[in-house]
Amino acid sequence: MKGSGKASVLPGFGLSLGFTVLYLSLIVIIPLASVLIKTAGMSFSEFWAAVTNARVLAAYKISFLTALLAAAVNVVFGLLVAWVLVRYRFPGKRLVDSIVDLPFALPTAVAGIALTSIYAPTGWIGSLFEPLGIKIAYTPIGITIALIFIGLPFVVRTVQPVLQDLDQDVEEAAVMLGAYRWRTFRKVILPELAAPLMTGFALAFARGIGEYGSVVFISGNMPMKTEIAPLLIMTKLEQFDYEGATAIALVMLIISFALLLVINYMQWRYSRRLKTG
Amino acid sequence: MKSWRIAARTTMFAALVALLTACGAGGNGGGSNGGSSSGSGGKDSLPSVELLNVSYDPTRELYEAYNQLFADYWLKEKGQKVTIKQSHGGSGKQARSVIDGLEADVVTLALGYDIDAIADAGLISPDWQSKFDLNSSPYTSTIVFLVREGNPKNILDWNDLIRDDVEVITPNPKTSGGARWNYLAAWGYALRQNGGDEEAARAFMKELFRHVPVLDSGARGATTTFVERQIGDVLLAWENEAFLALKEFGEDKFDIVTPSLSILAEPPVAVVDKVVDKRGTREVAEAYLGYLYSEEAQKVIAENFYRPTHPAVAEQYRDRFVEVEFLTIDNDFGSWREAQEKHFADGGYFDQIYQPGS
Amino acid sequence: MAGAIHAELRDAASDRPAHATESRGVRIALIAVALLFLGLIIVLPLISVIVEALSQGWRVYVASITEKDALSALRLTLLTAAIAVPLNTLFGVAAAWAIAKFDFRGKNVLVTLIDLPFAVSPVISGLIFVLLFGAQGLLGPWLAAHDVKIIFALPGIVLATIFVTFPFVARELIPLMQAQGVEEEEAAATLGAKGWRIFWRVTLPNIKWGLLYGVILCNARAMGEFGAVSVVSGHIRGQTNTLPLHVEILYNEYQFTASFAVASLLALLALVTLVVKAIVEWKSGQRRTDTEGGAG
Repeated sequence: MKGSGKASVLPGFGLSLGFTVLYLSLIVIIPLASVLIKTAGMSFSEFWAAVTNARVLAAYKISFLTALLAAAVNVVFGLLVAWVLVRYRFPGKRLVDSIVDLPFALPTAVAGIALTSIYAPTGWIGSLFEPLGIKIAYTPIGITIALIFIGLPFVVRTVQPVLQDLDQDVEEAAVMLGAYRWRTFRKVILPELAAPLMTGFALAFARGIGEYGSVVFISGNMPMKTEIAPLLIMTKLEQFDYEGATAIALVMLIISFALLLVINYMQWRYSRRLKTG
Repeated sequence: MKSWRIAARTTMFAALVALLTACGAGGNGGGSNGGSSSGSGGKDSLPSVELLNVSYDPTRELYEAYNQLFADYWLKEKGQKVTIKQSHGGSGKQARSVIDGLEADVVTLALGYDIDAIADAGLISPDWQSKFDLNSSPYTSTIVFLVREGNPKNILDWNDLIRDDVEVITPNPKTSGGARWNYLAAWGYALRQNGGDEEAARAFMKELFRHVPVLDSGARGATTTFVERQIGDVLLAWENEAFLALKEFGEDKFDIVTPSLSILAEPPVAVVDKVVDKRGTREVAEAYLGYLYSEEAQKVIAENFYRPTHPAVAEQYRDRFVEVEFLTIDNDFGSWREAQEKHFADGGYFDQIYQPGS
Repeated sequence: MAGAIHAELRDAASDRPAHATESRGVRIALIAVALLFLGLIIVLPLISVIVEALSQGWRVYVASITEKDALSALRLTLLTAAIAVPLNTLFGVAAAWAIAKFDFRGKNVLVTLIDLPFAVSPVISGLIFVLLFGAQGLLGPWLAAHDVKIIFALPGIVLATIFVTFPFVARELIPLMQAQGVEEEEAAATLGAKGWRIFWRVTLPNIKWGLLYGVILCNARAMGEFGAVSVVSGHIRGQTNTLPLHVEILYNEYQFTASFAVASLLALLALVTLVVKAIVEWKSGQRRTDTEGGAG
């Protein structure tokens, strides 16, 4: 169904692609290349030492694990929210649907301050858990909550349209064949949703690893325990250690790029399946 | 076909122009503070001048008051209107910004090491510390303990901080100037207690940081954690921050405890030579820092809970500041560079505290 | 991706036969859990901002947001968005045109590169401009010699903002324009319409809601960016502080109420964004039903 390529009669290909590449180079590629150039000034052993230092490794681990956990929580609850929004009718549904996008629109620093004030031991929710001996703010749980906040819309918004377009006939057929609802869900619906769920997961995960503004307030910043990788970059900068900062930045950039390639590959495969299927 | 190309080209051109003018406009906006609009219209009034003072976190209130004082003084003295812009943040971060090109006329930071770093980048002459009296430190401060009202955990000195039931709040020495003073004061105490045994002092520091539940990146963040979030039993703080917390949040909420031994914190000031020479603001910048030593300014300093260095003013505010035995950087730690190298550089003592299995 | 997908709600629940949906009890339970989760994670922070902002009454609130530095931060934030958003919109349309209407080698790589800023940590987004334009950076000495200021001035803030909001419009338009295909444009071209006219008369009406949606998200993010801008701003009061940075500064000055008051301005902006977005979705949904109805 798409443009037939070389023979296209449409104008403006050279111009629009030219502008795209130019602008992309100026704003994204050249600035990002500066990270490479800066790290090129280090010897490999220096670079390796900078990015595998115990504290740096701990920071990657914290960033990864909390982002992973938050993305996993978001897959479950994001699916639930999308499901409820698509399938059911209830008062205020349109409002709820709008509110899902709030984390996109709310500045991360505002989210960070607000979440900290809620989940700190003196906050609305923190004070409920305090007597139980559970600390939320200033622990990895707090970081995870901030990342759940940031990542939720990604899952909901990726799953929602697919769920909407899901062929009702297949479900009907399953029901005709006597499958129970739960079985229908597991065997018929879930496989259809696997691709968008994975995409949403990967997006929320990618965003979570790099998140700074909302996390830095709630994390407590303890080395080896709640110190996230982006904060470590800031810390290195403040110690005038540009090489160290850019080395960590490079590692994170490579991870981001790899994740995006995976996401785009999944989306591409999914859209191809739709077309052939 | 043709019209489309022309239209598209025009759009692209317009976009580029927009981008460039945006850059240009911003550049001018930032760069032309040197001698912009003329003064209020007095007979021999000089063009008004703008200074940028890049400072660290806890000096916000101090410089807000002092800038007004200096502006009045300068107008009376020289007939020139001076506006002082402020930038505050963690000391190291601020120094980095200046190194990266933030055009500060003067820097007023938390510790000499950060100004040394700017000097290393060639923006300030290496002998900056001799440019003003008293090692270029017009005011001093020290490190005290801020505890909850009535001192329920009975925290009196450094060794109380490592008791099992005590949680300590201090910012991260890697990012906060104030935290480095905290750390060095504790280290000095531990060293003295153990007759100069470094191993024992390191064990003490490791134990101390095991009692820290939140390590904020700056002094202000740590105060917020302690005061607003009610976390921890004691906050290691600048004396001026502790007083300010009493003032802002009520005397009935916190007490200040002065330990038996603390450190003389000398936050230094310097003119950024490269910037003032470029902008032609050397005279007013030097006057701005020099006037900090005047009696009027020292009163403002004392009112904002920094220890004044002017003898008469110090005498006047004697009751406010408790006498305490001080360690000093020069006598007890050699220099900031040495202290930084040994304790705070990557792989230094502070990092070793957090190494697993050490 | 951010707004890649645009969900307009067709009420599937209404025409769904009873045997293909859950029992009433399960439905209510699922709705309750979903709402509780959204309430705890998303609504509560919003409420807390508003409650804290108004904790000392309206007078303090109004004073906080009309204070001189707050106003200058607001101006800077608006100015930054006013430059960054149109540029990214232009780029988004051009990129979507190239990617959706034509086939070429390396398309997937190009799409990935367009997405990249979205996955890059905001801290790194700021850092790269310091590495490039800072006094110690690659172009620093040249810029200093020519007295051009980028970092710690408006251009740096604008650049960091453009970088962070780079993919929003493009990512919104690419799938939309791909889905619409090229038939309409090709027909117009065969009938002799010129390029600009095709875009204006055929493409734009088809994508206008998606475009608006992308612009709204781009704008919200542009006004709210914190991490990246924080690295390049220099934090000069009344000069290079944007609203999100001003929130942090007030927070650090123990002016919690004022801080939350300014934060509530940004929250309000977020809410306006959501309302506009809802209207856009409703309009585009309506339009689609119209055309679908017309076709059928």
